[in-house]
Amino acid sequence: MEFFERFAIPHPSPAIYASMVVIGLTVIAIIAGLTYFKKWGYLWREWLTTVDHKRIGLMYLISALLMLFRGGVDAIMMRAQLATPDSKLLDAQHYNEIFTTHGVVMIIFMAMPFIFAFMNYIVPLQIGARDVAFPRLNAISFWLFFMGAMLFNISFVIGGSPDAGWTSYFPLAGNEFSESVGTNYYMIAIQISGLGSLMTGINMITTIMKMRAPGMTMMKMPMFTWSTLVANLIIVTVFPVLTVALAMGTMDRLFATNFFTSSNGGMDMLWANLFWVWGHPEVYILILPAFGIYSEIISTFSSKNLYGYKSMVASMVIISVLSCLVWAHHFFTMGQGAASNSFFSITTMAIAVPTGVKIFNWLFTMWKGKIRFTVPMLYSIGFIPLFTIGGVTGVMLAMSAADYQYHNTMFLVAHFHNTIIPGVVFAMLAGLTYYWPKMFGFMLNERIGKWTFWLLSIGFVLAFFPMYITGLDGQARRMYTYSEATGFGALNMISFVGAGIMAIAFALIVYNVYYSIRYSPRNIGSDPWDARTLEWATNTPVPEYNFAITPQVNSIQPFWDSKKKGHVLFPAKLDKIHMPNNSGMPFILCSIFFVWGFSFVFAIWPLVILSTIGIFACLVLRSFEKDHGRYISIEEIKETEEKTGGAKL
Amino acid sequence: MKLKWAVLAVFFTIVTVLTGCEPLTVFDPKGPQAERQANDILLSIGIMSVVVIVVFAILIYVLVKFRASKQSEDYEPPHMEGNPWVEAICVGIPVIIVAYLSFVSVQSNYIVESAPKGYEEQEPLVVYASSSNWKWHFSYPEENIETVNYLYIPTDRALEFKLYSNGPITSFWVPQLGGQKYAMADMITTLHLAADEPGEFMGRNANFSGKGFAENAFNVTAMSQKDFDDWVKEVKETADPLSEEKYNELLKPGHLGQMTFTGTHLEFAPPPEHDHGSSDSESTEETHEGHSDSHESEENHSDHSNH
Repeated sequence: MEFFERFAIPHPSPAIYASMVVIGLTVIAIIAGLTYFKKWGYLWREWLTTVDHKRIGLMYLISALLMLFRGGVDAIMMRAQLATPDSKLLDAQHYNEIFTTHGVVMIIFMAMPFIFAFMNYIVPLQIGARDVAFPRLNAISFWLFFMGAMLFNISFVIGGSPDAGWTSYFPLAGNEFSESVGTNYYMIAIQISGLGSLMTGINMITTIMKMRAPGMTMMKMPMFTWSTLVANLIIVTVFPVLTVALAMGTMDRLFATNFFTSSNGGMDMLWANLFWVWGHPEVYILILPAFGIYSEIISTFSSKNLYGYKSMVASMVIISVLSCLVWAHHFFTMGQGAASNSFFSITTMAIAVPTGVKIFNWLFTMWKGKIRFTVPMLYSIGFIPLFTIGGVTGVMLAMSAADYQYHNTMFLVAHFHNTIIPGVVFAMLAGLTYYWPKMFGFMLNERIGKWTFWLLSIGFVLAFFPMYITGLDGQARRMYTYSEATGFGALNMISFVGAGIMAIAFALIVYNVYYSIRYSPRNIGSDPWDARTLEWATNTPVPEYNFAITPQVNSIQPFWDSKKKGHVLFPAKLDKIHMPNNSGMPFILCSIFFVWGFSFVFAIWPLVILSTIGIFACLVLRSFEKDHGRYISIEEIKETEEKTGGAKL
Repeated sequence: MKLKWAVLAVFFTIVTVLTGCEPLTVFDPKGPQAERQANDILLSIGIMSVVVIVVFAILIYVLVKFRASKQSEDYEPPHMEGNPWVEAICVGIPVIIVAYLSFVSVQSNYIVESAPKGYEEQEPLVVYASSSNWKWHFSYPEENIETVNYLYIPTDRALEFKLYSNGPITSFWVPQLGGQKYAMADMITTLHLAADEPGEFMGRNANFSGKGFAENAFNVTAMSQKDFDDWVKEVKETADPLSEEKYNELLKPGHLGQMTFTGTHLEFAPPPEHDHGSSDSESTEETHEGHSDSHESEENHSDHSNH
């Protein structure tokens, strides 16, 4: 009996039962739909077994958007609860679970796959490659992420969500204070998808180092590729720390070790240190590719080359190094003393310098340009002032003595949303709009897109700027309620209204996709934005081999030069193309990982052992598998090129 | 364009509100530490406002001047590489700003981590503040009394709070007296505060610690030394003694009102041994009672004894 009790939700509410029903119905609807339309084979052949970087990119994109809405619902519930003093909408436990899952979902299961979507889809095109270096590993990365995300998401209907905050500080996250399996989900789901991220890191670095088109030296790489390289270097540097920390946390919870306990020689602050040694660079893993996307967009829509290319690269490298030297600014108040705080205070503020250089370079890219106010450009222009405010409040927070007053308050919450939303989310939406025609062959509607941008920006300002004030007025973060006497009510209500406006903006994105699928013209060619880099030199839709002939690169913007200066992009002769075969192994392997994770969460040891054997069996089978890929013949290439909008030979 | 003005307007509204007529808690300091922090915050807001205004100004100028609709159809933007002078300015000015703020920041670090300004000569009043789910216990070892969920302090006297937790990490925060500091189960941290004037202040745990976190707050009352002495005397005459049983009952998870006892729990439930950042004379007083982990604590001591 006790065994089954752990599967029950510890704090059930009608909302959770309702979502159980909805989840159940959705699953049935998907299965029924696939069966009715006879799409099982299509799904398996074209998606579940694919190793094509573009399809994997799209799957990342879809997952990220789904998770955006899941995390968004959490956010709306939080703001609704805090909109009025002494609100009874949610109880403390429910609120704790919601802000925990909001943080985890938004960072690990929304922002990460969103940037991976662009890295996967764009980087091989930008460097003129046929795929990533290890296509099958790429599929494993995606499915590990996906299974991790699914495992995390079922927590709220089976066994209970984690409730110790996305930072999951021990001893609060230990068995003594978090009795439900929620934190097990946290440890294991993030572990599984973290492994995927680590593999992506290795894959992307290898791809960029080894597979660039002839002529593309390091200092001729497009800025998004540079940002991807730097971000992935950070990934392989810091994700192992997370892996180890999560393993230690898992052992504390399941095997009664004492790494992070406050007795028996354990050290609770060790977790906080390890978490932030990963956690702070993590935000730069998110923001650097976002910077890369902004660089591409601002350059394209100013019809001008990127100003200060070298200093852009240098500042990213400096940021990546500094990002690993600032983690203790997340707990200046731990009591480590003035000397240590001073060090981390200075390193943190130092990051403002390279970041400032980037801001000024974007401004000077627009200088003397010919600025077109398209939707992607609007996001990039909105990003600059909003992110600047987020950045300068970061400098304020970096003053460690003053941070004693900001720490754990809504001021901090306002700051990091002020960097992540205009920084990362705006970039993702800008990139989505910018690359949409490359991915799907039609544009998203401009008018709806502009409405979305304005609603999102206004909603953002209303939702988060009041938090700076309530934070300085003493509103701690993560409080599920506050009394009327505190006077926080009015400003929190404004926040709620802002969050509501943002929700409308996100709903408009969905409507825009629907509207554009129905009404957007399809004959837009392969270069609808008058862009400058290689990804726009292929056909749309992009053939599976990307480029019929490997392009020759002469500068940072070879495609622009081919349009304006008569640079010959494709000098070679057409030849047969070697491509990797699809494989079902990644999906099967990662499905076993899902079972492994689930049984680990509930400590069902026989199943853990069985699935571990299954995982290793997959690895062994792969080692003995002979798969040399396949060739696409010249005739087939010619045919495809004709079909996808004229040969680019 | 509208957005820029809207953002600008909102920003100035914020700055006005922050410095305006009805001060926010953090900008209404009642002690030297909080005052230093409030000054740092205002200083950084001031400098950062200039940065923001410069960025906004350049952005607005660029957007107005170089928009495509204002230019002729056949205008070809020039190819521009980075200019060393421009880049030197873009690096140089932020470096100067950051250097200045770093200087202030380091200075403030040492100020808030030592006895409050103007009170250096005094013998501080030592209060052990420990949290348990979801309460605060305040032990006054010199006075030999203990309170739960409220704190009485004398004005014009250095206060040295010894913080630790009987559970999750919490953070002791009385914003009008000064910034917060963590309370943890395996070590003691020290927070130096002082109150310049009498009054009632909000105090709370600022670090999320589970279900009862939102209500994990306490009242702080600052009064003259004489009133404080009278209060101590009254407590000693009227309050019940704190027994070990009673204390263990208090530790159970939940919320309690305000309570007052004679005696402290420090005798029968001693705080953690590892003292983090206390003034030197006292750290030797903290005894190592020959536990097996004393080696580890000693090592940590030497790590931190140099500040």
